[in-house]
Amino acid sequence: MSQVRVSVGTRKGAFILTSDAKREHWDVSGPHFAGWEIYHVKGSPVDPNRLYASQSSGWFGQLIQRSDDGGKTWAPVGNQFTYDGIPGTHQWYDGTAHPWEFKRVWHLEPSLTELDTVYAGVEDAAMFRSTDGGTSWHELSGLRGHGTGPKWQPGAGGLCLHTIVIDPKNPQRIYIAISAAGAFRTEDGGTTWQPINRGLHSEFLPDSDAEVGHCVHRIAIHHSRPDVLFMQKHWEIMRSDDSGNNWHKVSGNLPTDFGFPIEVHAHEPDTIYVVPIKSDTEHFPLEGKLRVYRSRTGGNEWEALTKGLPQSDCYVNVLRDAMSSDRLDPCGIYFGTTGGQVYASPDAGDNWKAIVHDLPAVLSVEVQTLT
Amino acid sequence: MIRVHLPAHLRTLANVSGEVTLAIAGPVTQRAVLNALEAEYPMLRGTLRDHVTQVRRPFVRFFACSEDLSHESPDAALPEVVAAGVEPFLVVGAIAGG
Repeated sequence: MSQVRVSVGTRKGAFILTSDAKREHWDVSGPHFAGWEIYHVKGSPVDPNRLYASQSSGWFGQLIQRSDDGGKTWAPVGNQFTYDGIPGTHQWYDGTAHPWEFKRVWHLEPSLTELDTVYAGVEDAAMFRSTDGGTSWHELSGLRGHGTGPKWQPGAGGLCLHTIVIDPKNPQRIYIAISAAGAFRTEDGGTTWQPINRGLHSEFLPDSDAEVGHCVHRIAIHHSRPDVLFMQKHWEIMRSDDSGNNWHKVSGNLPTDFGFPIEVHAHEPDTIYVVPIKSDTEHFPLEGKLRVYRSRTGGNEWEALTKGLPQSDCYVNVLRDAMSSDRLDPCGIYFGTTGGQVYASPDAGDNWKAIVHDLPAVLSVEVQTLT
Repeated sequence: MIRVHLPAHLRTLANVSGEVTLAIAGPVTQRAVLNALEAEYPMLRGTLRDHVTQVRRPFVRFFACSEDLSHESPDAALPEVVAAGVEPFLVVGAIAGG
């Protein structure tokens, strides 16, 4: 019988939640790495028991942990993230040049085909790759060095590379997103990169249609149709039908189109989910009602999903890596909040239930379907 | 033997309880202690000082004999009582919070 494993990264440790395919009763394991910030935990599609975790603290810096038994036991692997060559500068908040400095790993993306290959998105924004299971890391410096790097500027959360999406039909094609530089694509496995931000519009930029500088919050694709990309930008939901070459707005009837995560249904390429947040200065749901919005039309037409979610006095946030889906039928949708709840819907969003209530603030939620 | 007291999070990371002891040949300095510590417990590399520059992480402090040695040269000799193993070399996480 299938099982579901939900890996949760929080401000004070990692938690592993497991259930059978009914998704009614959950076992909770953790905290792992108690007291440390766990920005992201993600499993390998090649071997689901291979998990990577980004562990960091303001005192002791960055660690990477690896598990080969589905999160029961962990061992630290390599944690040296050294920029390739002379790092150079990006823009600081005040527009002055600021040297690139490594701070933390935001996102770990295991290869879809190679067990020991894993990518790391880091702050200050850069992409690293390990081909030895996380023991050593090497920067894919063509991204930072492609030409626009000196114009990149941090968002409120820092200059972070937070999204890595590998094309399942062509592993040489990878999409990444940086706050606040925008989206980029490689066609050669990470050697060379190009910005893909045509159609994005950001009022906070002097040139609102600039090639780079946009605050992209997350990108999602469906595995069957990887040329179609969905994006939650700082404000606005965007869609591209040509691998990111051009984007158009699909916010439609959403009550607000600010937010962080965006997710695609496992079996329906045009069914997508967002969690609208009031604004960039008020990071909580509109009217104190926690509502997931679902579009079954690839955007523009959205319906509120509320059953089982708090509909009064709710002022949590849902961060960019804190939403995921399983591959069961019906598809399960999951998200975590800064209030420490992890909500699950076993029926594609129609009904929700908190499977844990009181974790530390949730930074990331990743789901594996185990058969 | 040099006695080193680690903060709780790093004891957990290094799988040790209580103080660790290190044998150091030659002058006993901060750098020598940290080199020996990282050689014995490689999982601590990068947690106390930068991998490349070896600069101390900002919120890590080094104490001994009721003195803050954090801003001393990493190549300065540590107190004789530390070198003799009478007093421990303390690695401390700076206070934070409120």
